[in-house]
Amino acid sequence: MAESTFLDASELVLNMGPQHPSTHGVLRVILKLDGEKVLGTECVIGYLHRGVEKIGENRTYVQFAPYVDRMDYVSAVANGLGYCLAVEKLLNATAPPRAEVTRVILTEFNRISSHLLWLGTHAIDMGATTPLFYTFREREEILKIFENYCGARLTTHAFRIGGLQYELYDGFEEQVRTFCAAFDRHVDEYEELLTHNRIWMGRLKGVGVLTADECKEYGVTGPVLRASGVRWDLRKAMPYSGYERYDFDIPTGANGDSYDRYLVRMAEMRQSLRIIKQAVEAIPKGPIMAKVPKVIKPPAGEVYVSTESPKGELGYFLVSDGTVHPYRVRVRPPSFVNLQALDRMVRGALVADVVAIIGTIDIVLGEVDR
Amino acid sequence: MLSTLWASELTARLHQRFGDEVTEYSTYLAQNFLVCSPNAAIPIVEFLRAECGYDFLVDITAVDYPKRDNRFDLIYTLYSYAANDRVRVKTAIHERARPASATSIFTGANWLEREIFDMFGIEFEGHPDLRRILLPEEWSGFPLRKDHSILKQDDVWVRENLGIESGQ
Repeated sequence: MAESTFLDASELVLNMGPQHPSTHGVLRVILKLDGEKVLGTECVIGYLHRGVEKIGENRTYVQFAPYVDRMDYVSAVANGLGYCLAVEKLLNATAPPRAEVTRVILTEFNRISSHLLWLGTHAIDMGATTPLFYTFREREEILKIFENYCGARLTTHAFRIGGLQYELYDGFEEQVRTFCAAFDRHVDEYEELLTHNRIWMGRLKGVGVLTADECKEYGVTGPVLRASGVRWDLRKAMPYSGYERYDFDIPTGANGDSYDRYLVRMAEMRQSLRIIKQAVEAIPKGPIMAKVPKVIKPPAGEVYVSTESPKGELGYFLVSDGTVHPYRVRVRPPSFVNLQALDRMVRGALVADVVAIIGTIDIVLGEVDR
Repeated sequence: MLSTLWASELTARLHQRFGDEVTEYSTYLAQNFLVCSPNAAIPIVEFLRAECGYDFLVDITAVDYPKRDNRFDLIYTLYSYAANDRVRVKTAIHERARPASATSIFTGANWLEREIFDMFGIEFEGHPDLRRILLPEEWSGFPLRKDHSILKQDDVWVRENLGIESGQ
């Protein structure tokens, strides 16, 4: 945005963030306003930039694994899965079936917990305090499973290159089944509170519309893309970790507005639950670690491996020069790419809508800035 | 493991259109990529989008090889929703080269190219808004270049703006 446009007397420039609660972290949005109407925005990002890609070049493949958890810190398991798959691809190795199924269960749990966190905080943004208490109740159960499994709740580092470090703990299946038995009803509870709530619908319907073509133009992926009616999910399009073995649907929306993005995420939680239910009944016996060398030293080459993280397509582009350090680690962050479409979505909307739109893109600044 | 030759209907079309501009069609670990001359990269991306249905620009990134004459690799990753296929377009550019911007083909290239400018100092010709995106605008140095040590930072900026001697 050119500096001179700010000087027009009828226009007001307003800073939203970086310390604004509804920006979900340290995002600063410079809004150009005409009264309540948004004429344009500019995102100022980078407050959380830690140079993850540079760190990757200065660590070994194994040492770098815990760092990726700190990008999208609410879905650390999904980040870890993508990284492990990318290095395994370089090594031309695959995790054994038992590890794959465990990975799927934990990753889908992570998708649910990420969506639950999103739902609770987004509802607060919209003025509904209650849902947070419900969603965090269930999220807590998921975090307990993570904690029981690997000792950590958020930045889990649950997977290792080649499989898993830890065997499943006693009672894992039971705990998962207990969660699954109750969760569908809990999603009904959230929906009862929100889906037909007049205020909720008034705040979200028709707000921040992004068409399918616009999504493709910007490279937007994940629930935002699906809410615009594109039935595309990497778990189906390019299955990894044995996702082709599970029976699940890709929920889509029709209008591409904030309300559809909400509905898509609600439906996705139910689908994740379906996957978990199938997976937990089919955990094969066997080793949990593939035969990968003690010192990970992939042959020289480049790969791009991407997975469907809760936010969208999370890709890792790795360049190996045959040493123990990656020559280049590039992370294709879904939040960063999706956030770019914010400007298109908020033009013509009201200031209050900006909060709804930022919320339903579902960004995590740790991943935007890396 | 070595890469193998990538031959398909798509490569035939690309060869017919771009001839010797593309120097390599390869498949490595079941992933297809092509290597082309710097000036052909954007026309190829445009051709892939307009005529071959590669309508999703997944990523643009760079890799630094300081010892090479053409120092940087630029890598465009494209995906086709219709064909469910991904390709990479790779080109090597000189340190002082100003590659053309992909923003006229994909609006989404804007931030991706800004990030490359921020991290590698590669300037894109025709980019509408080429500024740093993650680092502060007055920052000096390009951190993802190989000759930039991981401990190095813009001390002057840190002193003036944060009032401390060092962030480390």
